[in-house]
Amino acid sequence: MKRSIAAASLHYAVLIFLALLCVMPIVVIFATSLRQQVQIFAEPLNFLFMPTLENYRAVLQEDKLDRYLFNSLFVGVVSTVITLVLGCMAAYGLARFRFKGRTTIAYTTLLLRTVPLAVLAIPVFVIWNNWNLVNSLWGLVLLYVAVNLPFTIWLLYGFVLQVPIELEEAAAIDGCGPFRVFTLVFLPLIAPGLAAASIFTFRIAWNEFILALVLTDRHTRTLPVAASLFITDMGVDWGKVMAMGSLIAIPPLIFTFVAARQIIGGLTAGAVKG
Amino acid sequence: MRTSRFTIAVYLAPAILVMAAACLYPVLKAFELSGYKWDMGTAASSAKCVGFDNFIAAFSNPQVWSSLSTTLLFAAVCVSAEMVLGIALALALERQVRGMAVFRTIFILPMMIAPIAVGLAWRYMFDAQFGLINALLGVVGIAPKTWLADPTLAFVAIVIADIWQWTPFVFIMMLAALAGVDRSVLEASRIDGARMWHEIFLVKLPMVMHVIAITLVMRLIDAFRVLEVVYVLTFGGPGNSTEILALHVYKTAFIGQQIGVAAAVSILLLVVVAVLSWAALRLSNPMKDSA
Repeated sequence: MKRSIAAASLHYAVLIFLALLCVMPIVVIFATSLRQQVQIFAEPLNFLFMPTLENYRAVLQEDKLDRYLFNSLFVGVVSTVITLVLGCMAAYGLARFRFKGRTTIAYTTLLLRTVPLAVLAIPVFVIWNNWNLVNSLWGLVLLYVAVNLPFTIWLLYGFVLQVPIELEEAAAIDGCGPFRVFTLVFLPLIAPGLAAASIFTFRIAWNEFILALVLTDRHTRTLPVAASLFITDMGVDWGKVMAMGSLIAIPPLIFTFVAARQIIGGLTAGAVKG
Repeated sequence: MRTSRFTIAVYLAPAILVMAAACLYPVLKAFELSGYKWDMGTAASSAKCVGFDNFIAAFSNPQVWSSLSTTLLFAAVCVSAEMVLGIALALALERQVRGMAVFRTIFILPMMIAPIAVGLAWRYMFDAQFGLINALLGVVGIAPKTWLADPTLAFVAIVIADIWQWTPFVFIMMLAALAGVDRSVLEASRIDGARMWHEIFLVKLPMVMHVIAITLVMRLIDAFRVLEVVYVLTFGGPGNSTEILALHVYKTAFIGQQIGVAAAVSILLLVVVAVLSWAALRLSNPMKDSA
């Protein structure tokens, strides 16, 4: 009995240590964003300081951050919605219908999932210039929908397979047309999959940096690009940069705490059954 | 189910069109661009077709080779450390305890947060004068180090940041896999007199080998795609000691202005990742026809 208590304490001690390691850099971001520049340079280990929102005021008012915040939200939300609509239709089509070329489409989709964004950056910059999509938020949306679709289709495909086809057939016999079967019977059944897919898509669009850096200007910049421009050879205004870092980190933090189970399900889907 | 071609097209065409236009077409365009000599900012009509010259130029450039070896070393060191740590931790902590859900939530935070923010946090912590890491080293009596100004230490810094970010992924995957191991097999092995080490190496690990393989390939793919954390943390420096291939491609195209050469190098990166992705599909194809 004594030994099991000791073992349990050790178990928790290790878990807590690992958790601290995981949150430390995140705490650093938030803590630094609440400090004044002078304190940042003076005492790195002093965690007892008067918090100030001055850095947030400065970035929102002086650095047009409100605009970039809007851009990031717009791109994140719009590309998530479009990706989900197109993705769940395609996943449904691939899972339910057998047709010529299906395997080719499935394989190409799966391979596109891992294309490095650095490889895409160059041709996309050239093509978007031709299509007049550079410096436009819609250009960014189109790109994010395209790079998110492979994973979304792949993730939702698994959820589609779990819906018994008999349910849809029963609804069809009861007089539902194909479209109503899809929206009224099928969609509610894969809601957990849609939730997971929307988190992953929003996260990529919200966090993405290199393509946004290449494709945006002063007006259409997203938050990560704006934050990166604060790093200069002349030095870094850490209070302000970390205020931006905090704003960038907040939505994924919220999602993680609200939907950790769905996220872990999405991460392990395919590789781990059950 | 018999379905008309029209219905199939309605479901599939929109997604396929978007992926073809904004993902597949750019990839093919990268191949085309790699055959041209074209400087950024000049008219497309001024581009000159040079055949394979860009590839010859890329492969005879020592910087490309050093970047390639940096990338390979980065991927090898990071992924092996993450696999060993992640698997060991999962084996040590697999027993279900109260509050594990909370810990799991905390463990996925590093990979959910924007790589840019991760890079910023580590850059600040590695700062030589006021960074947390030197301050902590000072507490145990180790002299401060100029982390990001020293070629070796800068490489160590990007490795540490990657290990911090991705070890939890391996850990979570392994926890899920170990939870699926049939308990009766473990009991049987115990009755047969298996010790703890036997149980781990002869029973548990072989049973989750498939998940280990998939996790390894997924980690390798992502290690070759890394760009943003390094961009913020070191921007490839000092010198080009941390200039991984993806960053080299970016710099060649958008700072060096050489679109064709950059496209040629990017194809090298694409091939490496494509081979790994193919391996991943062979290990686990979620869209097999039989499914």
